[in-house]
Amino acid sequence: MTWVSALRGVKGNKVGMAIEELHRVENDLVIALLNLADQQKVDHEIFHVARDIAGWSRQHVSELARVGQAYGLDLDADADDEPSLLGRVKQKGSELTGRFHEPGLPLLADLRHVHRTAAGASLDWEILAQTAQALKDTDLLDVAQRCHPETLRQMRWANAKLKETSAQVMVTG
Amino acid sequence: MPDVDRIAEPWGSRTPYAAGGQWPPRVDTFLAEGVSTDDVDRWVQSASLLHSNGDAMDIAVKDGRIVGVRGREVDRVNRGRLGPKDLFGWQANHSPDRLTRPLVRQDGMLVETDWDTAMAQVAGRAKELLEERGPSSVGFYTTGQLFLEEYYTLGVIAHGGIGTNHVDGNTRLCTATAGAALKESFGCDGQPGSYADLDHADVIALFGHNMAETQSVLWSRVLDRLAGPQPPAIVCVDPRRTAVAAAAAVHLAPRPGTNVMLMNALLREMIQHDWVDHDYVDAHAVGFDELVKMVEPCTLERAAEVCDVPVADLRQAARLLGTAERLTSTVLQGFYQSHQATAAAVQVNNVHIVRGMLGKPGCGVLQMNGQPTAENTREAGADGDLAGFRNWSNDAHVQELAKVWNIEPSDIPHYSAPTPLMQMMRYVEDGSIRFLYVTGTNPAVSLPELCRIRSLLSQERLFLVVQDLFLTETAQLADVVLPAATWGEKTGTFTNADRTVHLSDKAVDPPGEARPDLDILIDFAHRLDLRDKDGAPLVKWRTPEEAFEAWKECSRGRPCDYTGLTYDRLRGGSGIQWPCNDEHPDGTERLYADGRFWAAPDYCEDYGRDMVTGAPVEPTEYKALNPEGRAIIRAAEYLPPHEEPSEDYPFQLITGRTLFHFHTRTKTARAPQLQAAAPEVWVEASVADAARHGWEEGDMLRVTTPRGEVTGRLRVSGIREGVLFLPFHYGYWDTDGGSAPDGPGRAANELTLTDWDPASKQPIFKTAAAAAERLVGSDGGTAPAPTNTASAPAGADVPPTRGGPGATVHEKLHHSGTGGES
Repeated sequence: MTWVSALRGVKGNKVGMAIEELHRVENDLVIALLNLADQQKVDHEIFHVARDIAGWSRQHVSELARVGQAYGLDLDADADDEPSLLGRVKQKGSELTGRFHEPGLPLLADLRHVHRTAAGASLDWEILAQTAQALKDTDLLDVAQRCHPETLRQMRWANAKLKETSAQVMVTG
Repeated sequence: MPDVDRIAEPWGSRTPYAAGGQWPPRVDTFLAEGVSTDDVDRWVQSASLLHSNGDAMDIAVKDGRIVGVRGREVDRVNRGRLGPKDLFGWQANHSPDRLTRPLVRQDGMLVETDWDTAMAQVAGRAKELLEERGPSSVGFYTTGQLFLEEYYTLGVIAHGGIGTNHVDGNTRLCTATAGAALKESFGCDGQPGSYADLDHADVIALFGHNMAETQSVLWSRVLDRLAGPQPPAIVCVDPRRTAVAAAAAVHLAPRPGTNVMLMNALLREMIQHDWVDHDYVDAHAVGFDELVKMVEPCTLERAAEVCDVPVADLRQAARLLGTAERLTSTVLQGFYQSHQATAAAVQVNNVHIVRGMLGKPGCGVLQMNGQPTAENTREAGADGDLAGFRNWSNDAHVQELAKVWNIEPSDIPHYSAPTPLMQMMRYVEDGSIRFLYVTGTNPAVSLPELCRIRSLLSQERLFLVVQDLFLTETAQLADVVLPAATWGEKTGTFTNADRTVHLSDKAVDPPGEARPDLDILIDFAHRLDLRDKDGAPLVKWRTPEEAFEAWKECSRGRPCDYTGLTYDRLRGGSGIQWPCNDEHPDGTERLYADGRFWAAPDYCEDYGRDMVTGAPVEPTEYKALNPEGRAIIRAAEYLPPHEEPSEDYPFQLITGRTLFHFHTRTKTARAPQLQAAAPEVWVEASVADAARHGWEEGDMLRVTTPRGEVTGRLRVSGIREGVLFLPFHYGYWDTDGGSAPDGPGRAANELTLTDWDPASKQPIFKTAAAAAERLVGSDGGTAPAPTNTASAPAGADVPPTRGGPGATVHEKLHHSGTGGES
């Protein structure tokens, strides 16, 4: 399989860039989900689920840092979460404004942001999975196959939540 | 023919029988003091109201009053037996506290008024809001204790007339996960098994199900098997030492919130030993490979660490589940009200699918209910689902329902999943729901984080209607209170946890001006002038029997098919299990015989949800996953609980129930024998924790979480280490506080956190971090907790729970026909 290692040597730079980019996007996704949770603390399901599934992206960040090493990358294995003090301030703000219906609109905007970020990550996983197959990099392929479904679940969740809450926010508010 | 103190002996006398035999009858009778059987004017047919078992009984009537009850020997469910709540609970009907006239709020006070004034206010406010803010400003919160006819009518009004998606029942708190787990695994709600499976099983596994207290007559059936030849082996999963645990071959007491890890490890062990019916799985299921992959990291050793359960016990449990020839499993609140509820309950279904143990005698899953008519709430659509187990994301089903109701499909809100209760409360909080109509339930005691619930229900901008028997904590916060008739005072049908339909006839008149819920709802519909597309009234029935006939048409061709039933057929004999139709004229004992399911994409009730995120599965995705309508093996990853013990809150708090009370005690506290058996709230802690902190039986403890505090006397019980237990029944209506604590709290839900399972939307009552400290010593006193239930004292000398002469029940035993080979 020498041609494969040769090819990896030649194309490794591009793959590295793709891994680095996805590492950044997954980091963004952690922040987007935690931010959503903090802003919407009074929407309990959103608060808890967003934090649970931020855990998936945290795991993805660490997996990407690991597979990145083979491509000469030195990526941080820990997602850079927001400082928790700021998070708590937002949670408090959410609790103070929880009696007013207006926060519904920022909720829709935040869900939209999560969905778009996850959609970007999903496409990046697609690119990595295709690349891994072409390069016969089974480790990278394995990571993509394990992580990508979770990205899709994050996307579907944001979509479902949006579908569930938009009529109440837009019509009855 | 013994006379038995049925507070002291809740399960009564034994009538042993062998595997495969018929459960021998035993007829229990309890009559008011001074009344003998000869004095009774007439016996009126009914079934139990204060739990989900559906014990058939006759109500004794003398001079127009209820004077007692007697079990119905002819019935398949109980063969004449009654539980303590059946025997004594009826006395609450006569309580002087009953509401007898409607109340409206005037200058901040609730004052008596006439029906016309009260109903004009209710309908008037609803109309105003519909015009100003639309149907989504209106919500309905009902119960698991009305009758089928009433739920169906409520569903028609809300979904078909008003067009709101905000309808739910308090079944959301107790049985929503049963429904959700069945939908995930079989595409449709509907209890797969039958109580008769207990007669045949060689292994009975109870997952978070304290059957001895929640369905005491069903537990008598198990005790009779245990006392007979070829007794079954019992597997118990429960953090408390329940009567079930005491009878078990293996008792697993996992750390609260770790059920999915436990189940995954048991499934992994079964797969490792190849205790798998591959022919069944290949022919009748999808998803097995994903399960194998998912459970692979969940070794017994890992589960032992996460759940804090000995490896040897896990191995023994897996062997019993894996090698049983006839396995019956039951599931209840220990799974349903805990973290990852649906995911855990679904793994029990998976055990049965993997072992091919469905639809045969002794091979049943019973995803249990808590309330008598919870099944009807689900099937008639009063839990928000569409009536008749119709699929809200299948347009053909919506069209079919619109045809039954003679309205346009677009009149039925189906653009998104129905709004579950806790989300409705959020909409009440943010002011987008401004009219909430509560029937037969008490959210001001039964919902989590009571401080929040009281505050959102007390808002000026919310118009709160409460329809109930008593001035409950919730009713005290209402704008209008409507006095309702109850069991024994109205006619209707209800369906128990194993699909057995019973008729409950009116025995006596309701007190004062109280009216049946059905009459009140129909009056409401007429005042709103709800009409079908031809201009005729939308609700076309007046009597319970007419409502039942209308429901039958709605159920036609659906899994819960009632078309073969009539009131006349249900009178006189045994209850009958649905589906009952031309094809199954005598009803259906077990669902899913021969591996045939109701899971086909065009027929199923639900496409399922992601069990972590709760996102509904899209129709196209479901069709690709399960085109042939097989059972679906859904695997789930374990997630740690959302609130774990910390330095400040070192305990895990679970809440639960006791045998002698039901819900928020509105009835059971008004039945003297039941109230005396468990008069006041208590706290349970383990022997090890009590020793560590120097606590003793009877000490007054204060339990706190970030949400509030509760004080109660300590019972040192057989609960696992690190866990505190509080019964959730106790509120404030019988204290000076009225609707809220006046001093230290006593409602367990002061402490619980607002969090729910994303798939079933059932609130989590059994995973919160808490602290406890001693306020004062016992001074020789003991906790006011029963001694013959899971709250039995671990060591201390505590006077045993007794009912005395006032709790004497006559049990008629039959010596012929003991059944089996015994």
